[in-house]
Amino acid sequence: MSAGSVPSGYEVNDPGYPTPQENYLTNSKGILSWAFTLDHKRIGMMYLIGVTSAFLLGGLLALGIRLHLFAPDGILFNNALFQWLAPDKAPNDIYNQVFTLHGAIMVFLFIIPSVPAALGNFLVPVMLGAKDVAFPRLNLSSFYLWVGGALFFVMALLASGLDTGWTFYTPYSTTTDSSVILATTGAFVLGFSSIFTGLNFIVTINTMRPPGMTWFRMPLFLWATYSTSIIQVLATPVLGITLLLLIAERTLHIGIFDPEYNGDPVTFQHFFWFYSHPAVYIMILPAFGIISELISVHSHKRIFGYRFIAYSSIAIALLSFIVWGHHMFTSGMSPITTIIFSALTFTVSVPSAIKVFNWVATMFKGSISLTTPMVYAIAFIFLFTIGGLTGLHLGTLATDMHLHDTYFVVAHFHYVMVGGTVVAFLGGVFHWWPKMVGKMYSEAGGLLSAALVFIGFNLTFLPQFILGSRGMPRRYATYDPEFAPLHQMSTYGALILGVGLFVALFVLLMSLYNGKKAPANPWGGATLEWNCTSPPPFYNFERPPVVGDPYEFGDIRWDTELDRYVKVEPQRERVPLETPAETPAHASE
Amino acid sequence: MATTDAGLASDAHEQPGHGHSDHGHGDHDHPSYLAHHFDTPEQQFDSGKLGMWLFLVTEVLFFSGMFCAYAIFRAWRPEVFEGCSQFLNTKLGAINTGVLLFSSFTMAWGVRCAQKEQHKLLTVMLATTLSCATVFLGVKAIEYSHKWHLGLLPAGLFSYDPSNPHPVGGPNYLAYICAPFVAITIGVAIWLVVSFLRGAKFQLECAKPLLVVCLCFFVGVGLGTILESGGEEGHHEDDHAVVASTDGAAPEHGEAHSHADGDEHAEHEEPAAEAVASLPAAGAMSNDSADLAVLERLATDATNTGLQDELAARKAQSERSSGGILYDVSDDASATVASAPENVLRPSRAGVFFSIYYCMTGIHAIHILAGIGVLVWLLVRSIRMDFNRNYFGPVDYVGLYWHIVDMIWIYLFPLMYLIR
Ligand code: HEM
Ligand SMILES: [Cu+2]
Repeated sequence: MSAGSVPSGYEVNDPGYPTPQENYLTNSKGILSWAFTLDHKRIGMMYLIGVTSAFLLGGLLALGIRLHLFAPDGILFNNALFQWLAPDKAPNDIYNQVFTLHGAIMVFLFIIPSVPAALGNFLVPVMLGAKDVAFPRLNLSSFYLWVGGALFFVMALLASGLDTGWTFYTPYSTTTDSSVILATTGAFVLGFSSIFTGLNFIVTINTMRPPGMTWFRMPLFLWATYSTSIIQVLATPVLGITLLLLIAERTLHIGIFDPEYNGDPVTFQHFFWFYSHPAVYIMILPAFGIISELISVHSHKRIFGYRFIAYSSIAIALLSFIVWGHHMFTSGMSPITTIIFSALTFTVSVPSAIKVFNWVATMFKGSISLTTPMVYAIAFIFLFTIGGLTGLHLGTLATDMHLHDTYFVVAHFHYVMVGGTVVAFLGGVFHWWPKMVGKMYSEAGGLLSAALVFIGFNLTFLPQFILGSRGMPRRYATYDPEFAPLHQMSTYGALILGVGLFVALFVLLMSLYNGKKAPANPWGGATLEWNCTSPPPFYNFERPPVVGDPYEFGDIRWDTELDRYVKVEPQRERVPLETPAETPAHASE
Repeated sequence: MATTDAGLASDAHEQPGHGHSDHGHGDHDHPSYLAHHFDTPEQQFDSGKLGMWLFLVTEVLFFSGMFCAYAIFRAWRPEVFEGCSQFLNTKLGAINTGVLLFSSFTMAWGVRCAQKEQHKLLTVMLATTLSCATVFLGVKAIEYSHKWHLGLLPAGLFSYDPSNPHPVGGPNYLAYICAPFVAITIGVAIWLVVSFLRGAKFQLECAKPLLVVCLCFFVGVGLGTILESGGEEGHHEDDHAVVASTDGAAPEHGEAHSHADGDEHAEHEEPAAEAVASLPAAGAMSNDSADLAVLERLATDATNTGLQDELAARKAQSERSSGGILYDVSDDASATVASAPENVLRPSRAGVFFSIYYCMTGIHAIHILAGIGVLVWLLVRSIRMDFNRNYFGPVDYVGLYWHIVDMIWIYLFPLMYLIR
């Protein structure tokens, strides 16, 4: 026994590989048992598959963009193949459609549901110690709304494409003859999917906490999810009505946004960004939550500044509602308004910075294991810091006049969305993968993917900061030859990034075939999900979990003999459990 | 394994996913109405209630977008809003307000009944609430079809012609709106007869109140028709042209779109234009015309090509936008108004009022329809006697929803109908 010397009166409690007769993957079979499941874990897994497919589709479009931009006059959409595929479309039109669908798919279908809906669904009840979310049916219907929204997007893609940019700005979106209505209907439906998920989580966290799970014993991932849900519930309806009015504008010409009928396009921008700025925090907040878990668990050290991190999530959620104007500095607001929005924008960066400092402080003197999730988490800190700081350049009025609508903005938001959210998402998937499928992945493969993603990502987007500050406008299909070297670097980077992502996918899928069986607690985490088996049983816990401190690692030791983490706990008398009414029958068998 | 069946089952308390077929519902102390993942009925009720409140928050925010649009456009064109508001029949609006208020009352009473297990009374209350909802829709059908007939439509389709306010012919919109309701009513009537003949007691119990509810739609239509035409009768002589609406001599009630013929209308145009011109708001849209004068002066310098381009662009833009709320900066708007025989009924302007009117009341009506859907579901369940003192959540939640729909109308009514 090498879990250190065990003091007298203490015992080693090895969660090991307890095997319940059934886990959530095997307790019922057949495609219908998945299609009509109300189990949050299965819904989470279905989301995971869904968002990954959306990510693949969006990624292919992104590769298209980058390949086209390899040469100043474009090389992809004007080559013979595309001419033959779409003879009636000019190469530049194809380019417009490709970047629009890339953006729209990535934002609405992938990044917004990625962490909250996929990982969140799996994790929220388990981390909370609950049996399920509060409204399992609503949960399933959000998933199907997501599928419906995705179908609308695919229809838009197959009908006549979409070329408005993901922002659907009027008046172009009311005049173009691409499939704006299909796409906005899709986004509208996806909005409801997102609202229902958020609503479900708020209620779950409020009413389903088991005894002992106080607000400040909640893992930070739950705080992050909670604040995300607040934004989802409060901001998304405004997007809904905006898109509805846009559809009405196109069909009935209601003259609210369309200057042709006395409408005001800037009103559209206000409405749109009132949702879409908070939406960028829907994308990043849950990623913050993941990073808090990853950093703490893999440094085996209590998270530094728990309350600060928790409150800063809420602060970000609230502040995010009052900064939308920074997207419209150049659209003719009054100077005083721009100054106010600029000042407010700076305030948002304060809670974001608080988090970064806390993560770094957590790592300080921790015993860091450089596992794949941890490497992703560290990459996140680097990349998000760059993304966040460049946000300040953009929030500054004078510099934004120059940088607005250039590649600088593109680089900024890719640093926060890809370098931030996607990297955190990948880290989270690697971290919880053993819990989700019960198999360990190949650590070497995981590290390789992290390295490739980090290198590829920086090579893709660092040059874009330079391009932008030199005046390369965004959304252009062609450019001045002087920009060519930087664009080419970017394209090479995108290819490396793509390879990195495929390696990650490959490593995860391979683990299903030849992965080692995962122990209940492969990383030595202290949150509740590591108490239940990998994968968890249908109602998550064989017996009601004992809620403790989520960041107390003192009693979790590595046992070199057993080759896994064990818990060193005060000895206690074991009384035979009377089966509580709610636990599945097999708990008592 | 019963999993797939359980997943498909519509029974609200079933939980799928158990591999153990022996794990039925009877083997522990969960009452049938308590879902498995909840520990206590209180927890279930609190969750539902919080969920409903959050949903209502999203509803309010959803409408808030339109209230914002309303505020923006009304601030820009107060005279248009006041003028066009004359076309809304205050009597009908007031009746609908009363009907909805009453339905909120019966709904609240219904919740009380559910808590006190007064099953019969609950059914009566729900049926009354439903009937009010259909009366509301019936009245709305009259309002809408009448306006469509006159061409009082959203901006792009607006075709109201003051010189010929009552175009002859045209599609019978009322019939279109009523058709689905007629079909449903006939369906329910057949259902009633069939279930009577077959002696299906439960179905008969459901069909009876539902038929009343359906018929109430036609009560609403009738009520609307009487008041609508009554309002018009009174106006046949005093032909007020709405264009004069802003000078205070406006007609006091409802349908002022009257039967002014071309000549009379022309007489009214001048005062109208003056009235409009005298409104500060009419010129407020273009307060940077001073800037423009400077620009123009600077642009006379042949070397200032950039400025000239900008000026040309601005002019082109203001030409393209027909009314120029925002871009009409190339000339003094009050001059425009004074020189052109303008009125608030210019399609591009009046249309926006009607756009907002249709968006807001239309989406509100959709919410009423959704409310009818869930109320019918409640009605059936209450006839089945599903609710008891420990389990009345659904009635309570639907009640909350119904109140919010009602509240939104309470705001819509003055903002739309009572602003002149
Ligand atoms: C840390 C604080 C942040 C600040 C101060 C900030 C500031 C800004 C500003 C001022 C712009 C407008 C630039 C322009 O169009 O001229 C912008 C654009 C953008 N930001 Fe950020 N940002 C921050 C964080 C984030 C995060 C966390 C995300 C997403 C996860 C994000 C996503 C975006 C996106 C998508 C756009 C571009 C939208 C478009 O025009 O298509 N930002 N940001
Ligand atoms: Cu923003």
